[in-house]
Amino acid sequence: MSERTLYDKVWDRHAVQTLPNGQDQLFIGTHLIHEVTSPQPFSELRERGVDVAFPKRNVATTDHIIPTDPATRDERPLEDENAEQMLSALEHNTEQSGITFYGLNSDRQGIAHVMGPDVGATQPGTTIVCGDSHTATHGAFGAVAFGIGTSQVRDVLASGCVAADKSDVRRIEVTGDLPDGTVAKDVILKIIGELGVDGGVGYTYEYGGETIEAMAMEARMAVCNMSIEGGARIGYINPDETTYEYLRGREFVPEGEAFAERTAYWESVRSDADAVYDDEVQVDVDGLAPMVTWGTTPGQVTEVDQPVPAPEDLPEAEREAARTAQDHTEVTPGESMVGHPIDVAFIGTCTNGRASDFRQAAAVVEGNEVADDVRALAVPGSTTVKQTLEDEGVDKVFETAGWEWREAGCSMCLAMNDDALRGNERCASSSNRNYVGRQGSKDGRTFLMSPAMVAAAAVEGAVADVREFDTEGAL
Amino acid sequence: MEAPDAPDDMRVTRVAGTGVAVRGDDIDTDQIIPARFLKSTTWEGLDEFAFYDNRRDDNDELTGEHPFDRPEHQGASILVVNENFGCGSSREHAPRALRRWGIEAIVGESFAEIFADNCKSLGMVAAETDAETVSELQTFVEEHPDAGLEVDVAAERVVYNGREVEVSVTETMREALVQGIWDTTTLMRDALDETREVARELPYVEEVE
Ligand code: SF4
Repeated sequence: MSERTLYDKVWDRHAVQTLPNGQDQLFIGTHLIHEVTSPQPFSELRERGVDVAFPKRNVATTDHIIPTDPATRDERPLEDENAEQMLSALEHNTEQSGITFYGLNSDRQGIAHVMGPDVGATQPGTTIVCGDSHTATHGAFGAVAFGIGTSQVRDVLASGCVAADKSDVRRIEVTGDLPDGTVAKDVILKIIGELGVDGGVGYTYEYGGETIEAMAMEARMAVCNMSIEGGARIGYINPDETTYEYLRGREFVPEGEAFAERTAYWESVRSDADAVYDDEVQVDVDGLAPMVTWGTTPGQVTEVDQPVPAPEDLPEAEREAARTAQDHTEVTPGESMVGHPIDVAFIGTCTNGRASDFRQAAAVVEGNEVADDVRALAVPGSTTVKQTLEDEGVDKVFETAGWEWREAGCSMCLAMNDDALRGNERCASSSNRNYVGRQGSKDGRTFLMSPAMVAAAAVEGAVADVREFDTEGAL
Repeated sequence: MEAPDAPDDMRVTRVAGTGVAVRGDDIDTDQIIPARFLKSTTWEGLDEFAFYDNRRDDNDELTGEHPFDRPEHQGASILVVNENFGCGSSREHAPRALRRWGIEAIVGESFAEIFADNCKSLGMVAAETDAETVSELQTFVEEHPDAGLEVDVAAERVVYNGREVEVSVTETMREALVQGIWDTTTLMRDALDETREVARELPYVEEVE
C-alpha cells in the first residue's frame, strides 16, 4: 500500500482494537516514567490489584524535582520532603515492578526526553508515551510519540496501551539554508510564530524538507520538542541515515545483523513519497535572524533585530493578549529586543540541554565573562550529556566565564526544585515555555531563545544579537 | 466490540448547576495549577491550588477578585472559558484541581488536546462552541450567578435562560461519558491477549512470547 504517512503506518501496526467509544487501543512500545506523574498511577494499580503488564516496555528516570546543585545533589533524604517522597515512591515502584530506573546516582539519569535518545530507547517506528507533554521530542526519530495524562499512565502500566484518537497530519516543509547565528530553535519559534500556539490543535506535524534533512539529530529534537507549544501533540521527522547513525552503538539498539534488520523496519515506516496529507505548509528560513519571545506565549515572538509589535498593529483577536503580555514583560513596542535587560541566564532543558547546545553556547561563552549581577546556570539535560561535555572540557569554559555548572535535571525550566526565578527577575532561557509563573515566580519574566543567544545575553546583561559575537562557524 | 456494562454511576449524560466564567485565550496549565503544587504523591488538596497565582496579590494574599473567589460563584459546577484552554503541560492536576473545586463541565471555544483527554479520563465534560455563544454565556453567568445551567452531553447543547445553544463534544468523549466507559484501564487490560499478539508482530519487541 502506498500513499501512507509514517503516522498511518506506525499507528496501524500498533492498533489492538477499536474501543466502544470509537477510540483506538494503541500498543505502546516505550513508556518513559518520571517521578511527578507516576506515584498516583502505581498506587491505583495496587488498589485495583493489577500488576504492570509489560515491565520491559517501561524505562524510568528522575528529572523534575531533583536538586541540581552539586553541593547537595547526593544528600538523601532530599532536603525537600515532598520531593523525597516522590523520589522514594519511584524507587520503590520501579523495583517492585521490575522496571529499569535511572535514579539519582545513575550515570544514565536525565530529563526523560534527553535520556530516551541517550540510551537508544527512542527508536523509529515505535510508539512512545510519557506523562509529560514534551514527549513529542522523540518524534525526531520517526516515532509516534505523545504526552499523556496521569490516568493514561495508569492505563499504560496496566494494559501496555493507551486509548487514542487518530489526528490529521500536516506536513511542514522547511526550505532554505539556515543563516549563520541561527539554529533549530529559531526554526521552531518561527513556525510557532507563523502558525500560532493553537495552530496545531487536531494535527500531528510531520516536519520535512531540505532544512530539516540537513539537521543533526539533536537539532531535530529541538524542533519536535516544541510541537506542543504550537498546539500539536505529536511532531515527527522521517528517519534517515542521520537517525540510524545516531542510534548505532547505543544500549537499547541491537548490533550487527540485528541492526541491519532493525534498520530495514525503520526504513519501512517512512512516509511514502506519494503520502497524502490533510494539510501542507511551507516555511522558508532563508534570511532568518535569531528569534526571541517578547510576550508570555511562545507565539509572541520576533526576530531579534525587528521591532516588538505594538498591540494595535496586531490582528484584533491578538491585541488584548499582547497588551497584557507586554505589561508583564515590560518590553517596549516599536523597539527591538536588543538591550532589554536580563537578570538570569539559563541553558538546559529537554529542548536545548544536549551536548551540541552547550558546545554552540560555549563558542560565545569562551573568553566572555558573565555580566555583573547576572546569575548564569548551565544545566545539562542528562548525566550522559554532562559527562560528554566534561570530557571535552566544556564545563571549564562555562565555569571560567562565571557560569554555575550543574547536575542534570529540569531545573529552572519549571522550578519544581530550588532553581527558580525570584520576584520579577528577567530570564534569558533556552527552555520552551514563557508562561506567566512558569519559572517559579508569578512575577518572573521569561524570554525564550537559542542557547547561544542565552549565552550572548549573559555576557551583555541584556538581550543581544549572537551574530555580533565571533562564534567561528559553531552555529 | 460491544459496549461493556458500565455501572450507572459512571455515566455522565448531563451536568446541571450554576456557572462561573474565567476569561482569556491560551490559559495554560501553569496558570490553572502552578508546577510547585504538583509535588505530591496523592491527589489530595488540589482544589486550593486552582488558579493559585491568578487569585493572589504580590504578598500572596487572596484578592477576592478572581471568579473562583467571588462569593456569588461558590458552588458553581460549569466553567465557561475561551480559546485554547489548558494548553501547555500534560499535568492531569489541572483538570483535577478544577474538579475538586467543584467544576464538572467546561464550555469553551477550544481546548488543548491533552487537557481535553485528561478531562475525559476524569469523567469531566469539555464542550466547544463558537466565540459569540461563549461570550454570551460568560456575560450571562457573570450577571446571573444564581441561574441554573444545564449541559446536555448526549444532545450536545447547553440550556440556560430559557434558551438552548448548540455545543459540540467530540464523539469519542461523548460516547465515553454517555456509556460510562471513560475509565479505560479495565477495558484495555481485558484485551491483554490481543495486545500480546500485536506486540509479537513488532520487530522491536522481543520479550513477548
Ligand atoms: S525540561 Fe522542562 S519542559 Fe522538559 S520535561 Fe523538564 S520541565 Fe518539562
